[in-house]
Amino acid sequence: MSGLGIENISMRFDLPNGRAVQALSDVSLHLSRGELLSVLGPSGCGKTTLLNIIAGFLAPTSGQITLNGHAVTGPDAERGMVFQQGALFEWMSVRENVSFGPRMAGRRARDWAGTVDHLLDVVGLKDFHDKAVYELSGGMQQRVALARCLANDPDVILMDEPLGALDALTREKMQGLVLRLWKETGKTIILITHSVEEALLLGERLLVMAPRPGRIHSEYRLPFADMGVNADLREVKKHPDFAARRDEILGMIWDMEEEIMGRPETASETAGTAGV
Amino acid sequence: MIVFLIYAAVFVSAFALVRFIVGRTATGFAARKTVTFGDESAVVPDRAASVVSVLVIFLLWGAFTGSRLLPGFLHAPGPFIGDATFSYTAEADGVGPDEATVTVRVFEVGQTVATPTVDPGEGWAKNDSDTVGAWRSGLIRVAKNDEATEGHRVTMVNGQPIAPGLTVETTYGRIGMSPKGTLNFEPAKGWQMEPIWLPAPEAVVARLTDIAREGYRGASLWEHLGFSLFRVVVGFFFGALVGIPLGYAMGLSNWFRGWFDPIVEFMRPVPPLALIPLVIIWAGIGELGKIILLFLAALWIMAIAARAGVSGVAIPKVHAAYSLGASRWQIMRHVIVPNSLPEIFTGARVAMGVCWGTVVAAELVAAEKGVGMMIMVASKFQQTDIVIMGIVLIGLIGFGIDILMRWAEKLLVPWKGRI
Ligand SMILES: Nc1ncnc2c1ncn2[C@@H]1O[C@H](COP(=O)(O)OP(=O)(O)OP(=O)(O)O)[C@@H](O)[C@H]1O
Ligand SMILES: [Mg+2]
Repeated sequence: MSGLGIENISMRFDLPNGRAVQALSDVSLHLSRGELLSVLGPSGCGKTTLLNIIAGFLAPTSGQITLNGHAVTGPDAERGMVFQQGALFEWMSVRENVSFGPRMAGRRARDWAGTVDHLLDVVGLKDFHDKAVYELSGGMQQRVALARCLANDPDVILMDEPLGALDALTREKMQGLVLRLWKETGKTIILITHSVEEALLLGERLLVMAPRPGRIHSEYRLPFADMGVNADLREVKKHPDFAARRDEILGMIWDMEEEIMGRPETASETAGTAGV
Repeated sequence: MIVFLIYAAVFVSAFALVRFIVGRTATGFAARKTVTFGDESAVVPDRAASVVSVLVIFLLWGAFTGSRLLPGFLHAPGPFIGDATFSYTAEADGVGPDEATVTVRVFEVGQTVATPTVDPGEGWAKNDSDTVGAWRSGLIRVAKNDEATEGHRVTMVNGQPIAPGLTVETTYGRIGMSPKGTLNFEPAKGWQMEPIWLPAPEAVVARLTDIAREGYRGASLWEHLGFSLFRVVVGFFFGALVGIPLGYAMGLSNWFRGWFDPIVEFMRPVPPLALIPLVIIWAGIGELGKIILLFLAALWIMAIAARAGVSGVAIPKVHAAYSLGASRWQIMRHVIVPNSLPEIFTGARVAMGVCWGTVVAAELVAAEKGVGMMIMVASKFQQTDIVIMGIVLIGLIGFGIDILMRWAEKLLVPWKGRI
């Protein structure tokens, strides 16, 4: 069976004070090869936890992750990760960062040099390959992180708010870049975001999660990512369907928040762990 | 006290003067800042202040030691040198009170002088003469040449009454009286320091060239400095050699952390100086003992720095490395070690400073060679110029070590503080 399988994943964190947080409860999902899934949800609904489980940094309390038929037991080069920030290696140049994966795999420079140079070109950092990463702007650093992940040629790319720390303009450019790279490389991508617009623009599929316990609330199939590959993202945003979808999802998240906050018994029950 | 007041006055007036002459010289980005108070990054050392500060120290030093490098009018008032005179009135049994003068020749200690010859004068009380060294005091036995000796007692000096415990101030100095009734003359000291307390700068420089040429106590100056430096480098090297891996192990393994935490946390607050007696008992006063001491001084600092370096690694970096396919060993080599370098360099700078201070202290206690030994022996012989020369050298070398470490840091961990 090819693709990424998320099978009945539950995750409970036992807190030192004897309480427990049910971060994820029976989450199941299947992603085919080459699909781009964006994930939305209020803070604390377990998005990062789910991603960490898929990456293999956390073992779920129950359930399992499978990739192309085999079970995931720990981190591996087949599942790459792009973090929000702070994951680049400051002691390496841009080029050394991007070539980290191939170098660790023991591959010779002539085998990876072409790919690395191509990727640096694609993310627009060809002229910066010798620079130290701390000399780059936040947007450039995220492009390095993206290139580093791609240089390792993983099957699945996991992104936890990769564009969250960027300004609106840079963010828009990066969104276009992500879409282009997705189409060119045909990677399976999971992208967590807090921006409804971004989730709609980039996600071929969109997952909305609900908190306490973290679970799948609803799922959508969207046409905008395919449109965005060939068109200006701003044009896509002007599409009447886009606005309708955005309002629909925003309204739903509002309802969800209201439902959670409005229930007095729930509020008192989880007062200790609820983030308001 | 007076020196501090003068120093404060110079500080304020130099500030006003430099401001007046140079005006606001700050240029570049910092000068464009409108909010500077409270913005630490806007505080850059004023190099003019540094230069003036160093000059002032030498100026004060020279002024209060009567340095020949300074023009005379800058000198603080020196001690009285020359012939001092005062008169005394004596009484004795069977004769009336009589008056005579005393001439005291005050000389610079170290020079030979002749007692001034004076005319004995009229009356039974005869004029006296004597010598006293500057900054010293001397008993003046005025009775010894007086003709009436029965019940001889001095009642007045310069017309003012004197008795045991009373003193009379003159322009030449202070005259007091011992419990037995003998006069005691203390020439005016002025404000300058006596060379055995604080020699003039040129005396220290002269001593430095002297020792650089001749050596001191059977070893050349370079040997003294070299031995101290050698101990520091060797002790620090072994301390780092053991301490850094120990710190890594403590940062990476529960068992190592648990096992060594009590030891490290206990040893950390023990100043290395407190270990000197124990190390001397165990390893003697030779090279081995000193190197063990410096090893211990550097060990805990380096272990703690390495531990902090490992603990300080951002988890996303480690996670990223794992999902890029790196093995544990590769993560150690390419992520954890480089990530800990800034902390290790900070630790190394601290450790070098502590080691340098400790070696000097250890040499003060016992050593055959070394700067600490040099100043300790010199102090026993009151060779203050050597003591000061040694202190200056210790400061300069410590400063040099720190500059070297900072330079290496900039070269090897350029990303420090920029993340
Ligand atoms: N290591 C942990 N120990 C205890 N509780 C944890 C831990 N990690 C996450 N949690 C809890 O699990 C829940 C989900 O956290 P998670 O970080 O996955 O949320 P999220 O959806 O990523 O939120 P955000 O959008 O703010 O990043 C939260 O209630 C959080 O407090
Ligand atoms: Mg999160």
